[in-house]
Amino acid sequence: MYATRTRRARPEPFTVRPGIAERLGLPYMDPVLGFSAIALAAFGVYTLQHATVNDVPSQPDYFVDRQAIYAGIGLLGMYLLSRIDYSRFRELRVGIYTFLCASVSLVFVFGVAARGSRRAFDLPFFSFQPSELGKLLLVLALAGFVIDGARRGSARQRTVRYLCLGFAPAALVFLQPDLGTALVLGAITLAVMYVGGVRWTHLTAIGGVLAALVAVVLVAAPTVGAPILKDYQQERLTSFLNPTEDPGGAGYQQNQAMTAIGAGEVTGRGDAATQTRLDFVPERHTDFIFAVIGERYGFVGAALVLSLYALLIWRALRIMTLSKNSYGILVAGGIAVMLFFQVFVNVGMNLGIMPITGIPLPLLSYGGSSVLATLLAVGVLQSIHMQARLSQQGRSAR
Amino acid sequence: MGNRLGLRIALFGGVALALFAVLFFRLWFLQILNGDEYLAEARNNRTREFRVTAPRGAILDRDGEVLVDNRTSLALQIDPRKLPARPKRRRAELAELAELTHTSLRRVRRLIKEGGAVPGAPVTLRRDVGHFLVYYLQENQDRFPGVSVQRVFVRHYPQETLAAHILGNVGEINEEQLKEKRYRGLQPGDVIGQDGVEYAYDRFLRGRAGVTRIQVDALGQPTAGGQLLSTEPVPGDNLRLSIDSDVQAAGEAALASIGLPGAFTTMDVHSGEILGVGSHPTFDPSVFTRPMTQAQVNALYRDPILAPLTNRAVSGLYPTGSTFKLITAVAALESEVITTSTPIYDGGSITIGEQTFQNAGGAAYGSVSLVPALQVSSDVFFYTLGWKMWDTGELQRWAHKLGIGRPTGIDLPGDAEGLLPSEKWRNDLYERGGTDRPWSAGDNVQLAIGQGDLQTNPLQMAVAYATLANGGTVVTPRLGMQIDDPAGRVIREFDPRPRRSLRIDSEYRSAILEGLHAAAQSPGGTSYAIFGGFPVPVAGKTGTAQRVGYEDQSWYVALAPYPNPRIVTAVTIEQGGFGADAAAPAALRILEAYFGKRSSGVAGPNGGSPG
Repeated sequence: MYATRTRRARPEPFTVRPGIAERLGLPYMDPVLGFSAIALAAFGVYTLQHATVNDVPSQPDYFVDRQAIYAGIGLLGMYLLSRIDYSRFRELRVGIYTFLCASVSLVFVFGVAARGSRRAFDLPFFSFQPSELGKLLLVLALAGFVIDGARRGSARQRTVRYLCLGFAPAALVFLQPDLGTALVLGAITLAVMYVGGVRWTHLTAIGGVLAALVAVVLVAAPTVGAPILKDYQQERLTSFLNPTEDPGGAGYQQNQAMTAIGAGEVTGRGDAATQTRLDFVPERHTDFIFAVIGERYGFVGAALVLSLYALLIWRALRIMTLSKNSYGILVAGGIAVMLFFQVFVNVGMNLGIMPITGIPLPLLSYGGSSVLATLLAVGVLQSIHMQARLSQQGRSAR
Repeated sequence: MGNRLGLRIALFGGVALALFAVLFFRLWFLQILNGDEYLAEARNNRTREFRVTAPRGAILDRDGEVLVDNRTSLALQIDPRKLPARPKRRRAELAELAELTHTSLRRVRRLIKEGGAVPGAPVTLRRDVGHFLVYYLQENQDRFPGVSVQRVFVRHYPQETLAAHILGNVGEINEEQLKEKRYRGLQPGDVIGQDGVEYAYDRFLRGRAGVTRIQVDALGQPTAGGQLLSTEPVPGDNLRLSIDSDVQAAGEAALASIGLPGAFTTMDVHSGEILGVGSHPTFDPSVFTRPMTQAQVNALYRDPILAPLTNRAVSGLYPTGSTFKLITAVAALESEVITTSTPIYDGGSITIGEQTFQNAGGAAYGSVSLVPALQVSSDVFFYTLGWKMWDTGELQRWAHKLGIGRPTGIDLPGDAEGLLPSEKWRNDLYERGGTDRPWSAGDNVQLAIGQGDLQTNPLQMAVAYATLANGGTVVTPRLGMQIDDPAGRVIREFDPRPRRSLRIDSEYRSAILEGLHAAAQSPGGTSYAIFGGFPVPVAGKTGTAQRVGYEDQSWYVALAPYPNPRIVTAVTIEQGGFGADAAAPAALRILEAYFGKRSSGVAGPNGGSPG
């Protein structure tokens, strides 16, 4: 303040030097979106600290340190992305799409195997999972294709084209195999098509085909002896319907997660939490992090987290309505669905109302690729917001 | 796009809102509606319960000397349900265990097949395993699934075989016992008293098992510092017996020195407190704390003649010989068949109906009244009394009142009823074809001197003698004197009410005691040779019971000090011959121990030579 005052004392009539906030672009960002993303990332690090303190012997902060670094890098990336005009990605769509398909394919060659699937590259400092970033890349590329192809071919051709473009990487990821991420990519594809104005009849038809497909994959194919899913995938997908059937099997995880969450009651068990501290809940730092929150911080904590996600989604939807161009609308819509789909499926899985699909909880689940991709996606949303604000300002200035 | 896009966004927002509502609702359902249930489930999830056995109370004698306490032992247990299912692996594990415990695979298999006392419960393979083996098993836990080492309490007998029959033994509760009311709340694997006072006072001795709850993780492994709230085991209370170890030891030593099967009972005539009760042959109670060899099993359980586990003082069934004459005398005096001075001519034999009954040894004592008749043990005198009461039932009535042929109520299992032959009993038996003839005068004549069908034991005789000695109170013999808590405070004293009271004329009482005193310590008395020199005045009666197929059974029942006895001791020696030969010397040693004095042989203060 003092410095500003001294500057004003010196008359400089020809230029108005913008303030530091102005130069950082902060006034043009969506503060609520930023707040919810940062709050969730911070809450994730905080939860991890308690959930994983005993996981790596003699390194109580192993996961926390790493997650904090990923979040830090992610926040930086989010900020940088927000300063770039997202419309540039529309022009780069072919390159982005190629990179997306190449990276998820190269995993088959160079990837490291973990638990029977190859989905990540082992980089010197962390293992990078291209399919995580691929979610965002697919949004950016597919939105571009939709905009550019809006006048080419018949409506039916367009629908088929979008479907193929979107489902190709999804199929590659499915083969890694990574069912969860493949489902997210599928959801993104449908979301972009939905926002992109694909006809209701087509959407209905796709929905019908998908429903039939699910029936075939889960019921018909195994019955005739030609299973499409691997056994554990099948089991995970169906066991939530009847979790008590095999408490030792796939339903076990879900039962334990539900028990953990239920045991949290209103205010949580804090350090007395046992379900998520003593290995009853598996994968508690990744897929079942929500169970940790539910048990440790109770309804208060879990509802707070859900509210933050609701805030995030709401802002994403709001940004759709603010966007200065159609590409922004499509990208924001894709990102909104990408986030919402993951949140709903993951939390639903923790609460025992959705199948176990191995979808991480954005910003909370441990995992560099996921945190990074999510924060970059928020960065893109910020960019759309900023461009919208800037163009509004430009209009009003004119 | 415009409006149509707006519709799509609104629709998407609406769906998102609805789905968020679903999540919130579900969260509320789990955490707030059903939170308590899940919390209980989570608590249950993380704990495993282990029963901690309580140390059993000690058993002490009346002076506080320890008869039984505990030692801890490491027991190797096998949980059959946790053994490997695959026969090959199972076999390999059992074979290795057999080798480690120096036993055969066959025995291990047999033990598992037989199972514990309760099906499915862990089987104790071996007790007292060494630390080396324990460490080895712990280090190789993964190779021995289903095997665990438990610290168990094992009974310890510092006095070795002393009072073995009283103490009894302990063992795992079995299936039938689990259903009994007196064992309510116990679980398979718990140890209870199976015999003796261990059985009778089990509820005081056994204490209450504790429960340790240990926090475990999902793999069932205890977590660091994971011991939770646990219920401490409550140690059993100590039982103090009325047994006087000196008396007990003297009695057992006396029986052992004779070497024949026999029994003794020494009791306070006023309170019924038992100072010593023993049976020979005896056994080492600690054999029950270790696996038994076949030879041991045979010796303990499969020898019907020696039957070392039988407490002959309580469960034995014998005719008593002349020691019964006290009862006959009481009955005859009280039913006014004779007075204390009525003379009866003893010509050496008496003929009743077609039967002639003779004095033992063919002696003839001439005209005798009650006191001399008891002193010399004139059979003819008592034959006559038996004959005079043969159809009145008075002898049976008084014998029954004095406790013959009925359980004494002692606090030991195996309290025998015995048999008091009566007219009704014999006639009923005859009608059922159980015998060749109905009741006759001869039966009563035999009973009058403790022969015939009579079946009783030293304990019943001691009670009968005590009743006369104390003036008519039929005491309840008892071993348990009091219960002390583990800190030694008395928490309960046992003072059982007498069974009943009789009216026995004090003139009759003193006459009979006088006769018994003369028998023991006057020249010519039947046991004068034994008790003549004993400094404490004694009233005692010999008995020589004839048993078909056996040598005569030696009996002696003594009351001391005369004329107001404090204690009674009854001794019987199977095939011991005359009462004065075997039983009386044994009784002497018991009285010596009680009075803490040494007899200076036959030439005592009363002088004279045996008659």
